[in-house]
Amino acid sequence: MATNVEAKGWDRNQMAARAAKELKDGYYVNLGIGIPTLVANNIPAGMTVTLQSENGMLGIGPFPYPDEVDADLINAGKQTISELPSSSYFSSSDSFAMIRGGHIDLTVLGAMEVSERGDIANWMIPGKMIKGMGGAMDLVAGVKKIIVVMEHNSKSGDPKFIPECTLPLTGKNVVDMIITDLAVFQRPDHDSPFKLIELAPGVTAEEVRSKTTANYVE
Amino acid sequence: MKIFPNAEAALEGLLFDGMTIAAGGFGLCGIPERLIDAIQANGVKELTIASNNAGIDNEGLGRLLRTRQVKKMISSYVGENKEFERQYLAGELEVEFCPQGTLAERMRAGGAGIPGFYTKTGVGTVVAEGKELKEFDGETYVLERGIRADLSIIKGWKADESGNLVFRKTARNFNQPAATSGKVCVAEVEEIVPVGSLDPDCIHVPSIYVKRLILGAPYDKKIEFLTTREREPA
Repeated sequence: MATNVEAKGWDRNQMAARAAKELKDGYYVNLGIGIPTLVANNIPAGMTVTLQSENGMLGIGPFPYPDEVDADLINAGKQTISELPSSSYFSSSDSFAMIRGGHIDLTVLGAMEVSERGDIANWMIPGKMIKGMGGAMDLVAGVKKIIVVMEHNSKSGDPKFIPECTLPLTGKNVVDMIITDLAVFQRPDHDSPFKLIELAPGVTAEEVRSKTTANYVE
Repeated sequence: MKIFPNAEAALEGLLFDGMTIAAGGFGLCGIPERLIDAIQANGVKELTIASNNAGIDNEGLGRLLRTRQVKKMISSYVGENKEFERQYLAGELEVEFCPQGTLAERMRAGGAGIPGFYTKTGVGTVVAEGKELKEFDGETYVLERGIRADLSIIKGWKADESGNLVFRKTARNFNQPAATSGKVCVAEVEEIVPVGSLDPDCIHVPSIYVKRLILGAPYDKKIEFLTTREREPA
């Protein structure tokens, strides 16, 4: 039984691939920084999904070729990107009108904590991390469906899907789905509890239970 | 004439200690760098600056932080800036964290004669603390104030001699709402073209907003994170 314990569960790219299964043809999607960005590499062939960048672009193309790099063309993570024939540009105020106005179908975000009631904390560790919330608060307030992709436990082993967030919130009662390296939780509406709907390969429901403090339905 | 010979001349008579400035740009993309340099050289201090970011160390607004000219930043994201972090943690710099979309709308609203607006963004978080909440159709919204700045500084791509201005790609970002937020907007551009050269249907900032204009070129545009892909072999 001394085999590779690490092989259990999903890696970062597999978590992103799982999130990509929630995409639908014609969706307009905003992807956060980190694992969520990897969702772009997992869009099913033949499906049209338009990616929004909150700094003012619809239709994010791939990273540019070295000789096509343009300092005026970056994503919200300040990385150089390219445009597509269908791309459009607009101001930050128009961009967030789109986000706040409920026109974006789906967003995939990272998180430090998610509570059993769907609260999310991902922008601040008091006294430690002071970078700011960027567009995260607007996204969770305005986008139709909110998916969180995060490690099930912190580096020190603490559960991240918990009864009540301990960190300053990004949004209250906003998360629809949680994808971790161990499992997927979902809820049909913001009044219902989360339900464990899927286990990563080699992971048991008991293991998920033992590594989670949030209440959820099995 | 709106066209001034340089940034220093364009800012003549507009700067005073304790003033509020709305600045365009996202990261280092589309930042009004000539105007920032001129504000640094002027030495005006106790500034409140509404800008999505605070530059990075010694680039963009980071320069004004280094010279301690900034009293307060109103921003959504201030990472990648050691001097900012140091001053903030030491209590030397005041920061009002404002969600990115709320900040853009505060500038837009301020410039559009709307002193406040309700938004769902930030409800239930520290951002809404101490602010008026109101229910509309069963949802709770928070009252946010428009920003009417003393001065707007923006960077455009091209402007005609009358001040009609266009941006290029994602360099538009906060420059458009910032342009309208100030009582006076000073713009720097890469190229000034004769009246009639820009398509009137494709103007991003109509001339009414651009009170003073300078040619800022040549620009050495900085990239924060260079990401590329390989060309497939032919």
